[in-house]
Amino acid sequence: MSEIIKKNLSEIIDLIKKKEIKSEELANLYIDKVSKSKKLNSYITTCFEHTIQKSKEFDKKPNLNSLLPGVPLAVKDLFCTNGFKTTAGSKMLENFIPQYESTVTENLWKEGAILLGKLNCDEYAMGSSNETSYFGNVINPIAKDTVPGGSSGGSASALAADLTPATIGTDTGGSIRQPASFTGTVGLKPTYGLCSRWGIVAFASSLDQAGPMTKSVKDCSIMLEAMAGFDNKDSTSIEKKKENYSKNLKTDIKGLKIGIPKEYRVENMPNEIDELWNKGKSILKDLGAEIIDISLPHTKYALPTYYIVAPAEASSNLARYDGVKYGYRSSKGNDLIEMYENTRSEGFGDEVKRRILIGTYVLSSGYYDAYYLKAQKVRQLIKKDFDENFGKVDAILTPSTPSSAFKIGEKTNDPISMYLNDIFTVPVNLAGLPAISVPAGLDKKGYPLGLQLIGKTLDEQNILNVAYAFEKNCNFKNEIKNWWL
Amino acid sequence: MSKDKFDYFIKGEKNKYEVIIGLEVHAQVSSNSKLFSGSATKFGAEPNSQVSLIDSAFPGMLPVINKECINQAIRTGLGLNAKINNNSVFDRKNYFYADLPQGYQISQYKNPIVGEGKVLLDMPYGSKEVGIERLHLEQDAGKSIHDMDPSSTYVDLNRSGIALMEIVSKPDLRSPEEVNAYIKKLRTIMRYLGTCDGNMQEGSLRADVNVSVRPVGDKNFGTRCEIKNVNSIKFMQMAIEYEANRQVELLDEGKKIEQETRLFDTKKNETRSMRSKEDAHDYRYFPDPDLLPLKIEQKLIDDLKKTLPELPDNKKERFMSDYGLNSYEANVLVSEKEISKYYEEVAKLSDKKLAATWMMGDLFAMLNDKGLNISNSPISAKNFAELVQSIKSGEISGRIAKEVFELMVESGDNPKKIIESKGMKQQSDPKELEKVINQILTKNKDKVDQYKSGKEKLFGFFVGQVMKESGGKANPQLTNEILKKLLKG
Repeated sequence: MSEIIKKNLSEIIDLIKKKEIKSEELANLYIDKVSKSKKLNSYITTCFEHTIQKSKEFDKKPNLNSLLPGVPLAVKDLFCTNGFKTTAGSKMLENFIPQYESTVTENLWKEGAILLGKLNCDEYAMGSSNETSYFGNVINPIAKDTVPGGSSGGSASALAADLTPATIGTDTGGSIRQPASFTGTVGLKPTYGLCSRWGIVAFASSLDQAGPMTKSVKDCSIMLEAMAGFDNKDSTSIEKKKENYSKNLKTDIKGLKIGIPKEYRVENMPNEIDELWNKGKSILKDLGAEIIDISLPHTKYALPTYYIVAPAEASSNLARYDGVKYGYRSSKGNDLIEMYENTRSEGFGDEVKRRILIGTYVLSSGYYDAYYLKAQKVRQLIKKDFDENFGKVDAILTPSTPSSAFKIGEKTNDPISMYLNDIFTVPVNLAGLPAISVPAGLDKKGYPLGLQLIGKTLDEQNILNVAYAFEKNCNFKNEIKNWWL
Repeated sequence: MSKDKFDYFIKGEKNKYEVIIGLEVHAQVSSNSKLFSGSATKFGAEPNSQVSLIDSAFPGMLPVINKECINQAIRTGLGLNAKINNNSVFDRKNYFYADLPQGYQISQYKNPIVGEGKVLLDMPYGSKEVGIERLHLEQDAGKSIHDMDPSSTYVDLNRSGIALMEIVSKPDLRSPEEVNAYIKKLRTIMRYLGTCDGNMQEGSLRADVNVSVRPVGDKNFGTRCEIKNVNSIKFMQMAIEYEANRQVELLDEGKKIEQETRLFDTKKNETRSMRSKEDAHDYRYFPDPDLLPLKIEQKLIDDLKKTLPELPDNKKERFMSDYGLNSYEANVLVSEKEISKYYEEVAKLSDKKLAATWMMGDLFAMLNDKGLNISNSPISAKNFAELVQSIKSGEISGRIAKEVFELMVESGDNPKKIIESKGMKQQSDPKELEKVINQILTKNKDKVDQYKSGKEKLFGFFVGQVMKESGGKANPQLTNEILKKLLKG
């Protein structure tokens, strides 16, 4: 295997810019490894002909001033890609080929990137282990019996296994940060509204946000810069000037105040995670940051709140998959209602059905006030917790997950314990804030663990800087041994 | 026809009942594109030719509000003397149907864009105020076509996502007549504003009709039934008539009225149950997370207010004071913006009162007969004014005017030209007329004698002879005067 594809995105971009490697050569290196890595099941669709053709076009007329010159990239299969299957990990969209391109992926192609393939994910992004995908579970390259996390599990697995130099995922309750933590990679969930949702298969509209998944913080800043931007096709998109995250990246975090929320020390959390958290604090302290204990009192309500709001929106968002216009349609049934029932019974998996049922229930008349409305109120309180503390601190440091990668099948029959895996990531989505997970160390098993930095609204640059400084001083090294080849 | 006292009651066995009606009118917003997408909204286009990825609910598609639709709703709200809400919310109304691609309709539930307002009706028994409860914006659904194929249903999504204004009245209407007046008034106001074309044949205006009855004198409302989606005034009236009588019969029999949704069968002229309250959909309304709450700056409302045209109520008042019309005439002439415009053009150039009489008489009869609108009238306002002036000045008689009118319809010509070329000018020169009359009197000496000896009925005979001799052009008034004078002598 070539050493080149082990490199970070920024290093690869340098090689292309220095003309030390051509886009086509690079594409072939990835294609070769992707072809040999089917065991991981991280790709749902590949489009190698397209990749090669586009890379040849790039090499003929290379625009080296773009952010991602001639870089092949695979993306989560939740982003609609014009002319290429977009499945959302569901039987419902098994053969769905959009005739449009999501704004975020379009932004990447405009910066010179080339589509390499579509990456596995939990069905409609509902899951924390990538085991709910209709296309089978994904394996974490760190160990063959572990999950890569979810829902952007295919993205994390492919990235950690060098099957794409960088990637993008979506994060509704932790779907970027948790798999990043499980695979020893960097994952950032931007401020709600920073990246357009147009053309992304919707799960929960008020929480969904696309973001980069990369091998380094610098890569993360490059990817974010490429994908973010105002989009008038998304009414919740934030109108603001584009930022040069990569250019403005710096390691000087002297004087920054870092909050440590006491509510994130949860019951039954492994000691290793507490130790890692302490390690994180001391690294940042050594870099001149001030560590401040804070309280986010409504944290304990975040998970139940999330599991009302997200399913409620999902139950409505997924109503369009009814077999009438596109996607899967059952051949059984004697009338419209039976066709709906059979289509949706056969087309959706269990986890999706579970969430549609929960969502339908909490919006029902008689239950709306007790569940949905109350959840919305609690959501405001959670947001207020953060707002109040951001007067005192510049960023908040927490563990990314309450455990390292768990075993395949370990939690599939226990949805609650699965949901608990998102306990540290969910509050951020409810508050619409940006947060990044950076690898911080390995546990006894040698599995990676990440720390999460939460920032103020639109303060991506700041958490990128803190993460960058942390990364430089943490000496984390992912140990992936290509056992599947 | 006109009654000066309200008397729409239904006689039951024991009680006399009053009918309580409230309407939810669905008015299609006049706009070039749909409420949340850029698709066109033209009526009668090829099926599924005006459908975007948003209208057909493809994965990842997001709604973006069409500002023009917001402006139209605000204009309409202002036209209904209603409160415009600076903050409103779009909600999702969830239900499954083949012509509802998203599986939900984007509507406004708890916080509509327009709040309370009122509409004034001119009834024969006086002016009546009808309260408006609210106006909200929502998406129309597509159309399911069940009769194209015996085994399949076809779906046309051209209408899917078109903006509708749902205008909810208070339960202030009391008779089919009032419903007729209310719908027409709403339509007039919206046509003046250009916010809805009001074309009921094309489905631009339809209504859900809520009907209940109560014994006259009762303060509480009875249980209501909602008749869904009635698309003509006539059908609304028939449905109300049927439904009110049905409810009274039930009450007479000592039965209870069940709150339910009913359908009006236009062929059988009856309403029948569609679903009971228990079977009512649970729409699971919640704020659409794809859309931010709608904030309307007061400045926008103020700016739109400045651009509003003169509305029918104000115009009517002005017509009465400026043109000396009575309430009935003014009402008719402001009923459509185009009619009022035509009238004002005519009135500017001719006698205002006579113009009104002729417009409402011969002109409207002719248009009605030919199935034309005032805007494609074969007689221009300018020509019509000349005709009125010719009558007023005595140049032609009323009878001749009718002939000129017919010729104007046929040729589109200027009345002056017609009168000239056909020599239809009234003979109003007393000397000339006296000459003609003298000749006739000389010719009919015996009749003159008879007249003088008391057979005064013969006066009409002499007038007839004069008219015959003059080819109908003799000025009737002058003829009378001269005849009387000469016969006396």
